[in-house]
Amino acid sequence: MSLKVLAVDDSRTIRDMLKLALGSAGIELHLAEDGMHGLEVLDGLEPDAIISDINMPRLDGFGFIEAVRGQDKHRATPILVLTTESAPELKARARAAGATGWIVKPFDPGKLVKALNMVAG
Amino acid sequence: MSDPMAEIKASFFIECDELLESLQDALSDMDEGAHDSETINVVFRAVHSIKGGAGAFGLDALVAFAHRYETVMDEVRSGRLEITPEAIKHFFQTADLLADQVSAARDGAPEPEGSEACLRELESLMGDNAPVPGAEEDEIDDFQPMGLSLDLDFSDEAFGDLGSPDTTGAEWVLTFTPQTALYASGNDPVHLLRTVHGLDASVEITCDMSRLPDLAALDPRESYLSWQATLSGDLEEADLREVFDFVEDVAEITIATPEDATAPETETEPAETAMPDPIAPPEAPAQNVAEPPPAPTPQPQAETRPDAEPAKAAPTAEPGATVRVDLERIDRLVNLVGELVINQAMLAQSVAEAGLPPNSPVMTGLEAFMMLTRDIQDSVMMIRAQPVKPLFQRMARIVREASAAIEKEVRLRTEGETTEVDKTVIERLADPLTHMIRNAVDHGLEAPHIREAAGKSREGVITLSAQHRSGRVVIEVSDDGAGINREKVLAKAISKGLVAPEAQLSESEIDNLLFLPGFSTADQISALSGRGVGMDVVRSAIQALGGRISITSVAGEGTRFSISLPLTLAVLDGMVISVADETLVVPLSSIIETATLMGDDIRTLGPETNVIHVRGDFVPLYDLGAELGYRAPKANYEGGIVLLTAQENGERSALVVDAIMEQRQVVIKGLQQSYGHIPGVAAATILGDGQIALILDPADLVHNASGRTRGRDIALAG
Repeated sequence: MSLKVLAVDDSRTIRDMLKLALGSAGIELHLAEDGMHGLEVLDGLEPDAIISDINMPRLDGFGFIEAVRGQDKHRATPILVLTTESAPELKARARAAGATGWIVKPFDPGKLVKALNMVAG
Repeated sequence: MSDPMAEIKASFFIECDELLESLQDALSDMDEGAHDSETINVVFRAVHSIKGGAGAFGLDALVAFAHRYETVMDEVRSGRLEITPEAIKHFFQTADLLADQVSAARDGAPEPEGSEACLRELESLMGDNAPVPGAEEDEIDDFQPMGLSLDLDFSDEAFGDLGSPDTTGAEWVLTFTPQTALYASGNDPVHLLRTVHGLDASVEITCDMSRLPDLAALDPRESYLSWQATLSGDLEEADLREVFDFVEDVAEITIATPEDATAPETETEPAETAMPDPIAPPEAPAQNVAEPPPAPTPQPQAETRPDAEPAKAAPTAEPGATVRVDLERIDRLVNLVGELVINQAMLAQSVAEAGLPPNSPVMTGLEAFMMLTRDIQDSVMMIRAQPVKPLFQRMARIVREASAAIEKEVRLRTEGETTEVDKTVIERLADPLTHMIRNAVDHGLEAPHIREAAGKSREGVITLSAQHRSGRVVIEVSDDGAGINREKVLAKAISKGLVAPEAQLSESEIDNLLFLPGFSTADQISALSGRGVGMDVVRSAIQALGGRISITSVAGEGTRFSISLPLTLAVLDGMVISVADETLVVPLSSIIETATLMGDDIRTLGPETNVIHVRGDFVPLYDLGAELGYRAPKANYEGGIVLLTAQENGERSALVVDAIMEQRQVVIKGLQQSYGHIPGVAAATILGDGQIALILDPADLVHNASGRTRGRDIALAG
């Protein structure tokens, strides 16, 4: 069974890399360019996991995660934060918003897939 | 195409260009007084995204540079660093260098000079908060390695004093007690335990259900279960820790060797009373759901979202969906559309020759076909068209650098940045425009003290504008400097032997001397100009694009260079004419009107030239056949047909032709590659009957014609 993942990142490069990394792992990937767009794409999509950037225009990662968690059906959807920053307070904020885990950019494709498989089962 | 990473890398650099552009935009806004958080955020995000992408490709120098820039911008974002004009100057400078860093990374070139100095200056803005070089290194090291992904920062305090057990081939006892927050964060113990089970060891897991209440009392969101796993095999403690990396703050995890196992087991007890989590208020996310959890504390929720304000009114225009296409494919499409136009013309011709009535279905169908062709053409051209903005931004940088080099104060104003021009034209404009901007800074504007003495502001203004005007694009570079010193120009031209000493030249003719090869006005060759490139090179570059350049100058008020360019290099609307049995095309955009000459319209002027009288004005008359060398000038032009053409500077001229055949779109086939620049001829085309016709450039034609028959001849005669 292939995983269905929604990835939200405002950098096209990162989106391309995710496409490459997850595509070759047979993961069905849906992409969005910022938090707002992410919520739009999420509407009508039932992803097994969500990957989100933090620094994004319109709606940042914290806001996006909170909004997703606010939807009843996504209360337990795993959300991985993809970020260049590893500062503990950022993690704490991400966790407080409802993040499941975090991956530091630049990510290692293998480990990302492994982490996705772990949180999404 | 084969290597996906190479492709992504190429697209990363394209993205970098876009990010650098929005960075420039935001900095310009900031310079104009926009200090709001969204503007600052745009700057921050641009730098941040470049850093993020660069990290993925191991572009360490770029990462390090962007990181330090980002750190400073983060200070600005958090309000710890004030935005001053001085600071903005440094932001701009660093942005320029960031662009250089990106280019260097793209070309595999060494890091641009001055990076360190620039960063130091930027960081000095932070005063006492300036990072200590050593401390900074750690953070960068933390960020750089490609393989670094799952972020393993063990915080010892979370695990108590378990000591450091012997690890080789050891047995491990793991207890795992999720807190409620673990479930709220989207983690699932079953996945974690499965991962533990999948580890390279023999694993035995038991579940402790002792705290599970009756079904009636069960809160589905509450955490009641705890697990214990015993593992034996070639396993490091770190392997186990890694599994629980995401949940170490929302679960009690103990890992111990069997000898220690008794102690930690009792430690699982307090977990039930949900020890207060120091950082994360676990209930916060759940509050948005149906019933609130037992003891909701409003404070943590406020804490969790200090600036997670959703969508700050997003002033930026919604980016449309875009597709990136290889330029080659578009070029192929442009060529095909060109062929289509030719084909359609041929079809029209043979239908006309078949003698069908004008309102026959074939004719109306053909007309509709013609309109469609035109629409397709416009649409294809639109694909190639791009706003001149990136070009203008490059010029802004040239102004900053040039003015700093010679200590003049200069402000660049840009107008019409959204004007769209063919991509090739934009690319090939960069060099001539750079040169013109440098010239304007170096020669056009006066030194600050001279400006002040003349009652002007110290800061000189250079205006760069673009606009569409009658089917062409007009780009102007103007300065508010002293204007052209015509005496000096003339004296120099005479001393260089470019003009005869006794020549009588009009002001505009003197101005145009600047375009002569080998002319340079600078008394002393400065660091900026004097690179052996004169305005003559600028002019030939513009001409190669089918454009023209003109100059106007007012003493004390400034100089304006005006470049007029065709919108596209592929197709134009032309008037097909015949002269001495040759078929030629004159661009429709240059024709104001056509007329038949009456006897009293023609006036003689001088021994060789005529003018015609058009509604109160006198316009010089040129015989196209004679100018192109097809025939000798006629004795009498009465009854002849003339095309009245106009140039950018408003100068008009009348061209005598034998007949006007039709108006039509023609596909431009360049002659430059095979023949170089031919005076008066812009290009060639293929007509509907397969015949080749030259496309004329009336302004250039007239310019050369006058240069030949008037300028020097009069000088010699005078």
